[in-house]
Amino acid sequence: MAFSALRILKEGLTGNKGWQPHWRDPAPKEEYDVVIIGGGGHGLSTAYYLAKEHGITNVAVLEKGWIGGGNVGRNTTIVRANYMVPGNSEFYSHSLKLWEGLDADLNYNVMHSQRGQITIFNSDGARDAAMRRANAVINQGDDAELLSLGQLKKTLPYLDYDQTRFPIYGGMLYRRAGTARHDAVAWGLARGADRRGVDIIQNCEVTGIDTAGGVVQGVQTSRGAIRTKKVAIVVAGRSSQVAAMAGMRLPIESHVLQAFVTEGLKPCIDHVVSYGMLGHFYISQSDKGGLVFGGNLDGYASYAARGNLPMAEHVCEAAMTLMPMIGRAKMLRSWGGIMDMSSDGSPIIDKTHIDGLYFNGGWCYGGFKAIPASGNCYAHLIAQDRPHPAATGFRLDRFTTGRGLLDEEGTGSHHNLH
Amino acid sequence: MKIPCPLCGQRDSREFSYLGHASLMDRPAPDAGDAAWDDYLHNRENPAGVTEDLWSHDYGCAAWVVVTRNTVTHGILSARLAKEGTS
Amino acid sequence: MRVEGKGHAIDRTEKLSFQFDGKTIGGFAGDTLASALLANDVRLVGRSFKYHRARGIVSMGSEEPNALVTLKRGAAVVPNARATMQPIYQNLVAHSQNAWPSRSFDLLAANDLISPFLGAGFYYKTFMWPQSFWEKVYEPVIRRAAGLGALVPTYDGARFEKADAHCDVLVIGAGPAGLMAALTLGQAGLDVILADEHDAVGGQLLLETQTLDGLAGPAWAEEMATHLASMPNVRVMLNTTVTGAYDQGDFGALQRHGLDQAEPVHTLPEETFWRISTRRAVLCAGAQERHIAFPDNDRPGVMMAGAVRGYLNKFGVAAGQRVAVFANNDSAHQTALDLAAAGQSVTVLDSRSDAAAQGDYELLAGAQVVGTSGRQGLRKITFTQDGNTRSLACDCLGVSGGWNPMVHLTCHMNGRPTWDEDIASFVPTPGSIPGMVTAGSCGGLMETSAVLADGVNVAAAVAKDLGAVAPTPPIPATDARPTGLEPLWHVPGHGRGWLDFQNDVTTKDVQQAAQENFRSVEHMKRYTTQGMAPDQGKMSNVLALAVLADATGRGIPETGTTTFRPPYVPVSIAALGAGAHGKGFAPERFTTSHAATVARKAPLIEAGFWYRPSYFPQPGERTWRDSCDREVAMVRSAVGVCDVSTLGKIDIQGPDAGAFLDLVYTGRFSTLKVGKVKYGLMLREDGFVLDDGTTACLGENHFLMTTTTAAAGQVMRHLEFVHQCLRPDFNVSFASVTEQWAQFAVAGPKSRAVLDAVLDAPVTNKAFPVMGCGDFSVGGQNARLFRISFSGEHAYELAVPARFGAAVFDALLAAAEQQGGGPYGMEALNVLRIEKGFITHAEIDGRVTAGDLGMGKMVAVSKDCIGKTASARPGLNDPDRAQLVGLKPVGAVKKILAGAHLFNAGDDVHRTTDQGHVTSACFSPTLDSTLALGFLKNGRARIGETVVMVEHLNDLHVQVEVCDPVFFDPDGGRLRD
Repeated sequence: MAFSALRILKEGLTGNKGWQPHWRDPAPKEEYDVVIIGGGGHGLSTAYYLAKEHGITNVAVLEKGWIGGGNVGRNTTIVRANYMVPGNSEFYSHSLKLWEGLDADLNYNVMHSQRGQITIFNSDGARDAAMRRANAVINQGDDAELLSLGQLKKTLPYLDYDQTRFPIYGGMLYRRAGTARHDAVAWGLARGADRRGVDIIQNCEVTGIDTAGGVVQGVQTSRGAIRTKKVAIVVAGRSSQVAAMAGMRLPIESHVLQAFVTEGLKPCIDHVVSYGMLGHFYISQSDKGGLVFGGNLDGYASYAARGNLPMAEHVCEAAMTLMPMIGRAKMLRSWGGIMDMSSDGSPIIDKTHIDGLYFNGGWCYGGFKAIPASGNCYAHLIAQDRPHPAATGFRLDRFTTGRGLLDEEGTGSHHNLH
Repeated sequence: MKIPCPLCGQRDSREFSYLGHASLMDRPAPDAGDAAWDDYLHNRENPAGVTEDLWSHDYGCAAWVVVTRNTVTHGILSARLAKEGTS
Repeated sequence: MRVEGKGHAIDRTEKLSFQFDGKTIGGFAGDTLASALLANDVRLVGRSFKYHRARGIVSMGSEEPNALVTLKRGAAVVPNARATMQPIYQNLVAHSQNAWPSRSFDLLAANDLISPFLGAGFYYKTFMWPQSFWEKVYEPVIRRAAGLGALVPTYDGARFEKADAHCDVLVIGAGPAGLMAALTLGQAGLDVILADEHDAVGGQLLLETQTLDGLAGPAWAEEMATHLASMPNVRVMLNTTVTGAYDQGDFGALQRHGLDQAEPVHTLPEETFWRISTRRAVLCAGAQERHIAFPDNDRPGVMMAGAVRGYLNKFGVAAGQRVAVFANNDSAHQTALDLAAAGQSVTVLDSRSDAAAQGDYELLAGAQVVGTSGRQGLRKITFTQDGNTRSLACDCLGVSGGWNPMVHLTCHMNGRPTWDEDIASFVPTPGSIPGMVTAGSCGGLMETSAVLADGVNVAAAVAKDLGAVAPTPPIPATDARPTGLEPLWHVPGHGRGWLDFQNDVTTKDVQQAAQENFRSVEHMKRYTTQGMAPDQGKMSNVLALAVLADATGRGIPETGTTTFRPPYVPVSIAALGAGAHGKGFAPERFTTSHAATVARKAPLIEAGFWYRPSYFPQPGERTWRDSCDREVAMVRSAVGVCDVSTLGKIDIQGPDAGAFLDLVYTGRFSTLKVGKVKYGLMLREDGFVLDDGTTACLGENHFLMTTTTAAAGQVMRHLEFVHQCLRPDFNVSFASVTEQWAQFAVAGPKSRAVLDAVLDAPVTNKAFPVMGCGDFSVGGQNARLFRISFSGEHAYELAVPARFGAAVFDALLAAAEQQGGGPYGMEALNVLRIEKGFITHAEIDGRVTAGDLGMGKMVAVSKDCIGKTASARPGLNDPDRAQLVGLKPVGAVKKILAGAHLFNAGDDVHRTTDQGHVTSACFSPTLDSTLALGFLKNGRARIGETVVMVEHLNDLHVQVEVCDPVFFDPDGGRLRD
C-alpha cells in the first residue's frame, strides 16, 4: 500500500479502517541467504539495500526486542556530512546524498529537514580547526560557508555575544545539514525491506553463531536455529557480546550518551547549532516544538542506557552560557543510549576472519546520520564481498597497522574520548 | 554517582575522571608483539556486567583507583588503589 | 463559583486580583491560578496541541495536562506554567497558549474538523510531494502550529541556584505516609529530609474531609508540620519536587521560591536545583487518579472526581452548579458526599452494576457515559444504563477510573513496575532502586489507616537497617472509606475517547496503531505520540496501555510499560544550568601580570581557562598588526618581556625521577646534568605525540618539567597514571607547581641587560650558557632562571614565587623599557615561534608522530618509552605521511591561512588529490613575508617545490614554496651571545 495525501483522504473518509501493517510479523524460517543480527536503523537499512540494490531478498533481520528500540529511537536526530578525515569524508557525503532522496525512495516521510548546521568557534585556534574541516568538506564536494561575527549575529540573534564565558568568534554553516525524524527512518526502512520480501523477526535474540572450520553455518536464537551462509552483525552497543559468540574481541567499549528534550515551544531555533568549548553542546528544534539537545558521553563504560546528573547539568550549563534564552524552557525528558565507542572514534564495516561473517559497528554516538550509507555499504559488502567505494576506510585491521586511522577528534586510542 | 576513593571515602563522580579498563595497568613488554599491543591499546572484552575500570581522583587526592563496577546496574562493588598492584 | 464555609487554604480577608488573557479576575490569597479561575467560572483555559480543541482544568497538581499558561512577570516570560501549581499574587499576568486570535475563538480549531485525516502517524504518509515542498511549505506550517508556549529571544537574567544537601533518609512526599515516616525516622535520631511538591504538607489529606484523631486532615497535617519543625534533625523542604533517582543514592530535586510574591524576592533565587545525597529513600508519592476514555471526555467541565471535591475542600470552589460523577470505584462517591454536605446535589454514575450508594445522593448503577455536549463547556452528558440511552444536564463531570500509584521514581534506574490485579494498577517492584523503599498509596495501599501504618512500619525498618532505634509514633485513628473498584478503561461510542489530552491521542489512534502493527507499547507510544507531551503520560499511560492490550488480545502485564525517566516533572534549563549564565560557565584563571596587562589596555584572549594578552597597543597604532609587527621587531632588535606562567610546571623528585622521565619522554633525561635543560617530546601510548616541553635538572634527583598551556592538566594526569598504574615501584613524587611560580620570558639581544638590572647577581654567558638553569635571587627572594628560548633570540625565563609575580613583572618591564624594549603578547609570540619553526598544539593535533614533525631522531633507540612500540606500526611510518614543512608565498597573492589545504600544481582540487594542510600562518616583519607551517605528504623530500594552497572559504588559490620550517637564523646563532 503506497502512502500519499490521496490515501489519507480515502482512508479518512472510510473510518481509517483500511490501514495495513507497516511490516509483517513472520515466524523465522529455518534458512535464509543472509541473516542480519540487529533491527536498528543500520540493520534495517542493510536489509533494505540488500533487497533494493542487490536483489537479495531471502533475508532475515533478527531483533531481540522491537525494531528501532535502541539508539535509532533516542538520538538528537542530526544529519550532516562534515567529517574531515579521508575515509570518513566520502562516506558521510554518500550518506547525505542518500538522505536527500530517502523520502521518495521509501515512500515514507522521514521529515528530513536540511535547515543547516552552524558550528560556533570560540578562539583563533578553534576557527583554524573549523576552517581545516570546512575545506576538507568542500574538497569532498559538499558545502561549507564561513560566517563572520556580524553574519552570525544576524542568523542566530539569540546567542549571548556579550557575557558568554568563551567569546564567540564566528561560525561555520553547513547548509545541507539538518535533522530527520528518527523513528520514521527506522519504520520507513522496515516497511521498505518488508515489502521487498525481507522477514523482520522481532523478539528474537541471537544466542550463538555457529561456525565450522572458519566458515559460518548459522545462528542460534531464542526462536530456534537458523541456517545461513552469511551473518551480518550490526548491533551497536551490544557489538562485543555478539562478536564474542564468534570468538572475536573488538576495539570497542560501550558508553552511555544522554540526550534531552524540552516541552514543545513555538519555533525559536531554526538551525542545528553546535558549540565546542569545554566539551560539546548541540541543539535543534523538532517539528513538534521540543528543543532536542545533548553533549558528551557521561564518560564511564555502561550498558545501563541511562546517565547521571553531572552531564545533564553540564549540558544545561553550556546552554545557559551560549543561548540563555532557553533557560525558560523546561527539560521534559532525558534518555541514555549505549554507544559503541571504537578506539579511534570511527566505524568499522568489514569482513572478519570467519568466512561469511561480517561486522558493522563502532559508530560511537554518530550513527544516526550514517543510517542510509551504512546499510548501503554494508549491503554491498555482504552481496559482493568487497567494500563499497565510499566505505573502504572502515577496515577492522587499521588499529593493528596504524594505517588509515580515522581519528576526527585527535584524542588517540581512548575509547571514551572520541 | 559516587566512587569510593580508598583514601578519601565516597565522593561524587564529578571529582574523578575515567580512563578505561583496568587492563591498561598490564602494559606489555616492548617486544611482546603486535597482537599483545593491539589488545592492550584497542581490544576490550567490554562486559555487560562486572568490570574493573581505572578512575583518577583528579579533584581530590589524585589517586588512581581500580573500581570494580557493574556496567549494567552501575552498582559499585569495591575499589582499591591502583598502585597496590593488580588483583 | 465560591462556596461559603469551605476552603481551608484561602484567606478570605486578603483579596487579590490578577489578569488572564487581558481580563481582570479576583481571588484570595492562597488560591492557585486554577482555583481562582474555576471560582470565577472560567472553564476554557487553553487549546489542545493538534486539534485545538477547547480544554479546561482537569486536576489539582503538577500532572495537569490542559491548564498550561504563559506567565509574565517583569521581563520574565515563562511558558508552559501549570495553573494548578501557581499561587496567585496581586497583578499576576497570565495568558492562555496555543490559540489565535483568542482561546474562545481559535482559527486552528478547524483542525478538528479534518481530524479523520490527521490521525496517528498521518505525517509519515504524506508531505512528500513535491519534494521541495516539505522544507519550504509543509514543515514551516507544522512548526508554527506545533509547540505550546513561546520563548522570548532574550534572557531575563533571573537568578537560579544549585545546592547540595546530605541526609540519612530522604522522604519523598509529605502526605499521610510521608509525615508518619518522617516522624518515625526523626524520632530515631536520623537526619531526615522531607520533600513535598506543594506549599504545605498533608498531601491528599488537604483535599479530603477525612479526620485523623478527630482533627480535620489539614489541621492534623499542620500539627505534624509544627512538630517536625521542632526537630533539628528533620528538614522539611516545601515546593520541592524530587525529579530523579540516580546511582548511589543521588537524587535531583527542584525547589521553587517566592511563587506567591508579586515582586521577585531579591534574596531568593527563583528556583534551586538540589543534588541530594542520601543513604536511604522512602518514596511516599501517593497515587494519582486516572480518568476513563469515553467519547468527548475532554470537554471543559470534565475533571477528575478527586479534583472536584479537592477544589471544594481546599479552596471553597464549586467547579460547577450541577455536578455529576462517573466512576468505576467507591472512592469517587466521596465527591458526592462532600458536595452534598456543602449543599450541592450530585448524581453518581457508577459503571459497576452492583454499586451501592454511601450516602444521600442519586446513584445510577451500571451506567456508562457515552458522550458529552456543550460548546466550549459541558452542558449535558449522554449515558447508557440497562440498554437505554439517556442524557443528564450537568456543567461539571468528575471522572474516576481508579488510582495509579506514582511509581515513577522507582523506575528511574531501569526498573519496571508490577501489575497488581487487585487494584488494577501498577505498583513498584521492590529493589528497583538500591536503598529505596515505598510507603503508602504509591505502594498500592488505598485506605488511609493502612497508609498511616505503612509510613510508620516502613520507616521503622529503614531506621533499624541504619542501626537507629525508633520508638514508633502512635498511628492516628481515621474514618474508614471504601476503596473497591472494577476496571473500566474506555467506553466505545460515537465520537472520540481521549487518552492523552496534551498530544490529542484518542482510543482510535491506539487501535489504529495496533492495526498497523505498532503493537509494542514502545511502538504505540512513538507512533501515536501518546505519553510524549509535557505530562509525560501521567494521565494517559495506563489507559493507553489498556486500550492497546485490548486491541492486541493481550493482558496489561504482558503489554508492559514504557520506560520511566527523569525528570519526574519538567525542570527549567536555567535551574539545571544554574550559575553558568555568562562567565559562570567555567573558571577564569589570571596570571600575576594580569592587572598590569589590563592597565596597559592589552586586549585579552583565552588560552584554555587562562586570559593572556594578545598585544600591547601603543599610541598611534591603529590595528593589531601595527602592534604585533612592532613587538616582533622589538624582541629581535632589543628585548621583550612576556608572561609565560600559564605553561604547565611539574616538580619531579626522587631517586627514580630520571628513570621516570626516561619512560615518559622519547629522549634520555636520566643523564641530564644538574643545571641543564633539555627539550622533551612526549608520546601517547599509541605512538602519537601527546605534548612537548622542556625539563630542567635543578638538582640531584630533582627535575622541573614544563608542558604546553593546553595540555598541562592532561600531562599531569598522565604522569600520575604512569607512576601509580604502571610503575608504582618507582620511587618518585611530583606536584603541579604551575600556579606556585610566576614565569616570564625575557627575549632579545638586550635580555641579559634586563636581567642584570633585576637579578641580585648578574648572569654571564660563560657561567650560564644556552639550555642552562639555576637558582638565582631577585630582591632577596628565591628565583629560578632558565636559558631557553621560544623566539630563537638570546633569551631566558625567570621564575619567581607567584606572590612576587606582579612586582617582578613591573621591574622587568621597567628594565626592558630602559633598553628600548617592552612587553609582548600572544600575537608576537606566535610570529616569533613560526619564524623559527617551533611547534604548538596547532601542529600537535593528536594525529602526528615524531617522524611527521621531523623529530624521529628524538626517539631514543636504546630505551623503551611510552608510545615507542606503537610508534613503530607500519601506518605511523608510511613514507607518504604528511610531514612538517615551512611555506612561503611565491606568486602575486601573498595570503596564507591556517586551515587551507595543499595541492600539487595542476591537480584538480579534491579530497583524493589532497597533499596536506596549513597549520599556522602569520606575517613576518623580520622576513617581510607571509610565512606558514603545515604538513605536506612526503614534505621533507619536496623542499623547493611549488605547491598550491587552496582555501575555499575566502576563495584563495595561492602558490607557495615548500621550505624548511626554520625560516630565520637556521644555525641558531642568535641564541648564543
